[in-house]
Amino acid sequence: MKEVAERMQVPRALHTRFPVGLSLGKPKDPEFQRRVLQAAFDLLQASSGPVLQTFAETIASTGGEPLTCPLPPRLNTEVHPAVDESQALKGAYERACKKNGRTSVGMQINAEEVPEAISRLVEIGAGESWDSVGFPEGSLYGTVHDIRSYYEELACELAEGPITPWSTEEWFYEQTQAGQVILHARRVMRANDVDPAVWFGLAPAGRE
Amino acid sequence: MSIFGKDEVAISKFAASMPLPVFELTSFSQPVSLSRAKIAIVTTAALHRLDGDGFELGDGDAHFEKLPRHARDLAIGHHSVNFDRGGFAADINVVYPIDRLEEMRGAKIIGDVAENHYAFAGNQSDTVSEIRLDSGPMCAKAMLGEGVDVVLLTGT
Repeated sequence: MKEVAERMQVPRALHTRFPVGLSLGKPKDPEFQRRVLQAAFDLLQASSGPVLQTFAETIASTGGEPLTCPLPPRLNTEVHPAVDESQALKGAYERACKKNGRTSVGMQINAEEVPEAISRLVEIGAGESWDSVGFPEGSLYGTVHDIRSYYEELACELAEGPITPWSTEEWFYEQTQAGQVILHARRVMRANDVDPAVWFGLAPAGRE
Repeated sequence: MSIFGKDEVAISKFAASMPLPVFELTSFSQPVSLSRAKIAIVTTAALHRLDGDGFELGDGDAHFEKLPRHARDLAIGHHSVNFDRGGFAADINVVYPIDRLEEMRGAKIIGDVAENHYAFAGNQSDTVSEIRLDSGPMCAKAMLGEGVDVVLLTGT
């Protein structure tokens, strides 16, 4: 952040006008990232400092192309649509994992446990107390992190077109059944005066 | 109400209000030329290897993870719900440009890529004293021991 770099008098700082989470710019755009890196390395030529320069190109946080990511048709009508959806998408998640050799799922649960976790969130949305559906104390935040990571990683595997800022988050909370279940459970907990520490962090601040 | 992570004005105000330590003396050095420089990445994105312990929740984890040059099995430990993690999910180079450094080395733009890179958690105490006095110097010593000339510091 420019203000922090200025106040800390960082020796050499390249200020980028990119959304948080995109320090080097656009994903899967090596040319863009190389331009950012070269601009940063150019600061090494300064013989005195501190030096703070602003990278010429910007990436807006909003207004980007929405994610085009297909969701599977209903397969198993014996389970909640969100549970069915997460199960149907497992193949895409596994492909993404294998291709990239990494995943950020695992803070609280693993990928196998995602459908069960979603079913518990469904129960919360239906009025069950959050601490009676099987979530260990303090685990809800990490569990939702893992569900969101599961979906965002498989979305990057399935998506057609660029991954623009916030597009995977918007797709998750606005297009998927799982995202809607989480938001509903969050609203129900808020309406029932549950401690905000339990539910506030289940979605970005400002998302209802 | 806007979503905080997308609100550039709100983020800027937040950054401007962050309590920061004050340094009377700041450093500025002149490294070797870029084409001869060994580069290491230090990121505050709390990256860690899949078989590692990762970082603790909260502002009390000042340790660093060592990321070998060849490692790509990395998870992002910066799990704030208000950060867009989609970019990292698609491409680790948005916060950890290791592949870009390897390409620049191949093109002889930089001298070399360090064998080890490092990750801290960006959420720290107001004074950042644990990193300033302990883990930071330890990390720096490791890099100096490897002959690193330039550190590329990236955020999340």
